[in-house]
Amino acid sequence: MNTETIKKTQEVADKTERITGSEAIIRCLIAEGVDILYGYPGGAIMPVYDELYKYQDKIHHVLTRHEQGATHAAQGYARISGKVGVAMATSGPGATNLITGIADAQIDSTPMVCITGQVFSNLLGSDAFQETDIVGISTPVTKWNHQVTKASEIPEVIAKAFYIARSGRPGPVLIDITKDAQVSEFDFQYRKCTGIRSYVPVPKTNPESVKAAADLINAAKKPLIVWGQGVILGKAENELKAIVEKVGIPAAWTILGASALPTTHPLNVGMVGMHGNYAPNKLTNECDVLIAIGMRFDDRVTGKLDTYAKQAKIIHFDIDPAEIDKNVKTDVAVLGDSKDSLAKLLPLLNEKSHDSWLQEFKDLYKIEFEKVIKNDISPTKEGLTMGEVLKQINIETKGNAAIVSDVGQHQMIACRYADFNITKSNITSGGLGTMGFALPAAIGAKMAAPEREVVAIIGDGGYQMTIQELGTIFQQKAAVKIVVLNNEFLGMVRQWQQLFFDKRYASTEMTNPNFVAIAEGYYIKARKVTKREELADAVKEMIASKDSYFLEVCVEKEDNVFPMIPAGASVSDIRLS
Amino acid sequence: MNEDIKTFTISIYTENNIGLLNRISAIFQRRHINIESLTTSQSEIEGVNRFVIVVNITESQARKIIGQFEKQVEVIRAYYHKDEDTIYTESCMFKIKSALLFEEPQIQNIIKESNARIVTVNKEFFVLEKSGRRNEIESLRRDLNVFGIMQFVRAGRIAVTKDEMKITEMLLAFNNQ
Ligand SMILES: Cc1ncc(C[n+]2csc(CCOP(=O)(O)OP(=O)(O)O)c2C)c(N)n1
Repeated sequence: MNTETIKKTQEVADKTERITGSEAIIRCLIAEGVDILYGYPGGAIMPVYDELYKYQDKIHHVLTRHEQGATHAAQGYARISGKVGVAMATSGPGATNLITGIADAQIDSTPMVCITGQVFSNLLGSDAFQETDIVGISTPVTKWNHQVTKASEIPEVIAKAFYIARSGRPGPVLIDITKDAQVSEFDFQYRKCTGIRSYVPVPKTNPESVKAAADLINAAKKPLIVWGQGVILGKAENELKAIVEKVGIPAAWTILGASALPTTHPLNVGMVGMHGNYAPNKLTNECDVLIAIGMRFDDRVTGKLDTYAKQAKIIHFDIDPAEIDKNVKTDVAVLGDSKDSLAKLLPLLNEKSHDSWLQEFKDLYKIEFEKVIKNDISPTKEGLTMGEVLKQINIETKGNAAIVSDVGQHQMIACRYADFNITKSNITSGGLGTMGFALPAAIGAKMAAPEREVVAIIGDGGYQMTIQELGTIFQQKAAVKIVVLNNEFLGMVRQWQQLFFDKRYASTEMTNPNFVAIAEGYYIKARKVTKREELADAVKEMIASKDSYFLEVCVEKEDNVFPMIPAGASVSDIRLS
Repeated sequence: MNEDIKTFTISIYTENNIGLLNRISAIFQRRHINIESLTTSQSEIEGVNRFVIVVNITESQARKIIGQFEKQVEVIRAYYHKDEDTIYTESCMFKIKSALLFEEPQIQNIIKESNARIVTVNKEFFVLEKSGRRNEIESLRRDLNVFGIMQFVRAGRIAVTKDEMKITEMLLAFNNQ
């Protein structure tokens, strides 16, 4: 039997042109709708850069200051736009520097195509200068990867790369292209990929399981929705909202699901997980039906699995069959694209409200407000808190900004307190927790959506992991607003040391440089705030700025983020202090 | 959940691509699953490879890793089977000093009784080939060991399943999409 292995768009008769592999790469990117890519040149990718020079009116290459920055910028671009982000690097160290961003994109399902140069194919395996087995290295952290050694393979492989990166559950793809493939000529024609025979991007939705899910939801007295990024990736925000409203179901979100439903929505009951809200965590163990939509029951969400929602029937909507029963045993699994399966579910649901159940969330919110939130966002003690900075940002941006957070305490505070009116607005490194993510990701987000206000919230630790991207901000005139919440500690680690290691602050205290001077060194307007009286004005000035702006806020050194589910504890054991 | 560890035969139908073995073995490695044996060959379908992998794991582990395999772009389909659902065999070769054939007449009986096949004989050595279940191969090895084995090698399990694998249908369905 012989069958095609991939499907492509129609061939255009007589439309081939003789061009080099490197020109073909650029032409393929343009054909895939790429207008911006992020990267860093070097020997093994120089022919491609030469073509980028020739095509600069059609495709804009952004020189980041480190290849890791290129991947995070591509991620930020993808996360805010839903399009595929593209990063490019040379062989060897250029390629290995991409790995952190690739791993981050893999675990957070971000569509990204990385193109790396490789040594001449006759040198492969000879330990040639700047040769690394990047295909081998990237295998466990890519959705797909491939090495191209012949120019003629380029169009088909790039077409596959984009198709795989964006279809189904998105993810990163790496294409490694030898230098001889870049420089040799061939007859070029581009046909987009529309299918691969071994790959089922979207499993079929079984109408019976949709019906079973509807029956459970209709019979539920205490239903709870927990949605994740699958809603955003599937563009199912409206369907989610319609379901939540029709049935009156309290709905909570994972960190990557944030912003799919506005934070102000009356049925939005907050974030689940380790530093999520009190009510949705506690009531996970009280609900009778848990409806998980496009989320993967990460351990930071579930806490101890043996005591997670044991009383509830579990419905799991997901596009990835491998997620079903991976961590939590489901009663009803609905496979498929979230938009499609939620649209099928909606007409089967009965109109309802769950007022007394919703009241339980409100009651617990009050407790959390009194014990935690009030002190976070309207503190009366002397030192500045991270929460009040977020509150000021909400006021100035009216909840319309995209918030790009790094990793640590400030991230949890940003996700807990930022107001989101617009979807795709919470850009953060969730699954991998990559410090250094925010600054370059904010660049990518701002360039993909120049009309949006993009505010990066970063700790003094993570900021210094990719601080060199200030150079990219300056060179690209990317009007990113940068807020460093400086507690002079690796705060999140310090918090654990305080709570679980008897305050032995091993290597978490930071002696920091003059951040304002550094930003000014890159010709970025900068301001430092140490007192509460100055905060409102500084945030106002920052948001009003047409250009990029750096704001350092010196916050209380030893504040902790609460609520907290200690690692390995049950969601019901969430602590308020 | 304390589930029993059992022997499972995992069959993975894949495109014939460089690098796929790496992707598949990484899935085992990440989960600390030891591969008892691994065989890969052309399958019944032109251009489609089949991996046959034997592991000792629990059934829920088996179910989960099948999900991970199927997630790989170039994996067409993956299955797991218990021993009773497959017909399987292993094969092995022995290299033994030829002189022993004449000095130790018992060896000839062992060969006959074990259904092993002599592949080649020359002045210095002869080569025996035997296929069957692991215990048969092991018992032959023990018997021959008494006389001295110059080389021994055993290949991984190969297996066919009792139930049908609908790979051809799947591939045809793709063509007709
Ligand atoms: C690349 C990387 N290294 C180490 C860690 C572990 N880690 C998690 S949070 C954290 C502290 C972050 O400190 P800072 O950036 O100052 O933010 P804060 O918690 O103080 O808000 C560390 C070290 C990580 N997540 N990523």
